[in-house]
Amino acid sequence: MDTQELIKNQVTANPVVLYMKGSPKFPQCGFSSLAVQILQACGVQNLTAIDVLQNPAIREGIKQYANWPTIPQLYIHGEFVGGADIMRSLYESGELQQMLENPVA
Amino acid sequence: MLSASDVRDYILQGLACDHVQVLGDDGTHFEAVIVSPAFVGKNMVQQHQLVYKALGDRMRQEIHALSMRTFTPEAWGKLDVRSA
Repeated sequence: MDTQELIKNQVTANPVVLYMKGSPKFPQCGFSSLAVQILQACGVQNLTAIDVLQNPAIREGIKQYANWPTIPQLYIHGEFVGGADIMRSLYESGELQQMLENPVA
Repeated sequence: MLSASDVRDYILQGLACDHVQVLGDDGTHFEAVIVSPAFVGKNMVQQHQLVYKALGDRMRQEIHALSMRTFTPEAWGKLDVRSA
């Protein structure tokens, strides 16, 4: 399976997927840390966190997958939502909470 | 070392903007406010993708992190009225 297929499987098989640097307990970047904090504030229980520092192929592949050059990246039911800035903006407007409660748009 | 004004120039070279402000003095982390008519009718993901496209390979190589807020000229105009 190539990396793009692997990523597609990951984001469609799991409801909420965050590609990040480090783990939720030990984020290795301020933006990844912020992304985890936002999801925790939303009360997300079913988070699948993928540490790109453990997998160089995914680290590069994820940038092509959504045509998005930075990490973290959030996916809800296979749809790319955005990076940390967009997550913060959607959280402040209440939209992210709705997307997480009603993930099948 | 990459400066905030370099990043501002890079964005302006690739995207027609009404207003660009970039902050950041550590050479790798930057914050930007960008107002462009190209953002009209686009969602936030598409707006950020336009900025990333303008920065091209520099986003992969030189810039570690770019935090951004994007506005259409209309949205920016309303914001100005509110804060005035």
